[in-house]
Amino acid sequence: MSATKAFNDGLVITKRNLIKIKRVPDLLVFSTMSPIMFILLFAYVFGSAIDVPGTSYREFLIPGIFAQTVIFVSTTTGAGLADDMQKGIIDRFRSLPMSRAAVLIGRTGSDVVNNILVIFIMSLTGYAVGWRIRSSVLDAIGGFLLLLLFAYAISWIMAWVGLMVPSVEVVNNAAFMVIFPLTFIANTFVPTNNFPGVLKDIANWNPVSSLTQACRNLFGNGSGAPVGDYWSLQHPVPYTLLWTALIVAVFVPLSVARYKKATSR
Amino acid sequence: MADVIRASGLVKTYGTVRALDGLDLAVPEGTILGVLGPNGAGKTTAVRILTTLIEPDAGQAFVAGLDVTKEPGKVREQLGLSGQYAAVDEYLTGYENLDMVGRLYGLGRRPAKVRARELLDQFRLADAGDRPVKTYSGGMRRRLDLAGALVAQPPVLFLDEPTTGLDPRSRTEMWDVIIDMVKGGTTLLLTTQYLEEADQLANNILVVDHGKAIAEGTADELKAQVGGERIEIVLSSSDDLGSAHGVLSGVVEGAVEVDDRARRLTAPVTHGASALMETLRRLDADNIALSDVALRRPTLDDVFLTLTGHMSEEPANGEAAKR
Repeated sequence: MSATKAFNDGLVITKRNLIKIKRVPDLLVFSTMSPIMFILLFAYVFGSAIDVPGTSYREFLIPGIFAQTVIFVSTTTGAGLADDMQKGIIDRFRSLPMSRAAVLIGRTGSDVVNNILVIFIMSLTGYAVGWRIRSSVLDAIGGFLLLLLFAYAISWIMAWVGLMVPSVEVVNNAAFMVIFPLTFIANTFVPTNNFPGVLKDIANWNPVSSLTQACRNLFGNGSGAPVGDYWSLQHPVPYTLLWTALIVAVFVPLSVARYKKATSR
Repeated sequence: MADVIRASGLVKTYGTVRALDGLDLAVPEGTILGVLGPNGAGKTTAVRILTTLIEPDAGQAFVAGLDVTKEPGKVREQLGLSGQYAAVDEYLTGYENLDMVGRLYGLGRRPAKVRARELLDQFRLADAGDRPVKTYSGGMRRRLDLAGALVAQPPVLFLDEPTTGLDPRSRTEMWDVIIDMVKGGTTLLLTTQYLEEADQLANNILVVDHGKAIAEGTADELKAQVGGERIEIVLSSSDDLGSAHGVLSGVVEGAVEVDDRARRLTAPVTHGASALMETLRRLDADNIALSDVALRRPTLDDVFLTLTGHMSEEPANGEAAKR
């Protein structure tokens, strides 16, 4: 099967998923409402008690919320695939002479479109509470691209999860269980310098931290805030790209292999 | 004529359950094979193997001359599948569903659109075509799913229990659609739990139970295996059960089946009409009153009962729990 066919079939599936968002706008409303809520809660409730030296808390916060949110949106792939398996449409797709990767490419592709929308809305909300991009346009675009790229890699993990577990509810619960600690044991909401012992090492080597740090650097936010003396945080862009490549290299083949065996339940 | 679908010795086990236990089948070009069996007989597993969704543990299967395990990609270009659970996207409209399937079969943008409209007309969904499938009835969803299997006009079709769960009217509509469809010479394998359905639609019937073929033939051939016609009488009073049994035994050669609660006696006969008249004369002479009498050909239910020792409606072990 040629790469062009895989790509074209992937586009057809992406279109299908985007139609669903159009028909059930609640999905998008909730996936954008929660980051808006997070921004407001942290900016006004926790922010009033958190003091980050060298910068305003809101500037520090927004890149962290970006990172957390794009990762959460990536769970849509897992939930969508689990739903396709439950409803039986996966049998139709697998009996068609289409690329074996197309359903996965289409799913992960629609997450990118979702994420672009969500980032746009969060940027507006951020702007409203005082967040500004203080770097060059080119750097800022780099920051947004890095967010999308890392989230895309996470979508492939979620694709694999979605094909493994028995229902949409399990995907959501599993994602919640993993993503919450992953995005909180990091520099997303508070600086890591006061984290106890080993937790500090975990947080600073966590790719979510490097993604957040990379965004802070690229948007020119929180330049005065303390950054841990770790290679991952001193070179956040290459470190994040390294993780992205690693995740894609592992989970694309895993998911495709799993898809080839998947049948409806 | 060449067999368009052929399988031999298919085995598939799930844990300790042997879903298929050496199934053989063959469907000649342009004919319809009805695979008949209760829940859990292995029908769906067989269809999934033949349509490349799963691989058998043992055995071989060919569709349009292609080995399903060696050339699954090419096999998929030859077949259309409509499953037990309407595999349509309920957020998309009927039109969008068919358009998507057309694109995935490799039709161009325009041909996919034209074909989608054509099929909506053909399947009496033209009015509902631009509504999301969520608003469709069960029968409409099934018709749409069937239309999806036909988008690329594949030469080989698989329908897995196309009418399970439909009300009688939708079922008859579905039958009409299927009959129209195969006039064009499509080779079709359909599975069903309904004996009447296999009788109505299929040229040839394969009875499966516990993953194995237990009988094969035309509906008439299968019925012949169970003997000829049957006399069925229903008594007005259960007091007469004993004497009526005596009368009937004197007329017919085979064993007389008695259903006490329904006050019904059934017995196979060779020369139906004369045996029926003789029975009635004797019953009348003995003053035994009847509330109903019939001479009927054996139904496929009789066939199933004779072949498997259990009724077709009775779920076999294992599968029922899976659903």
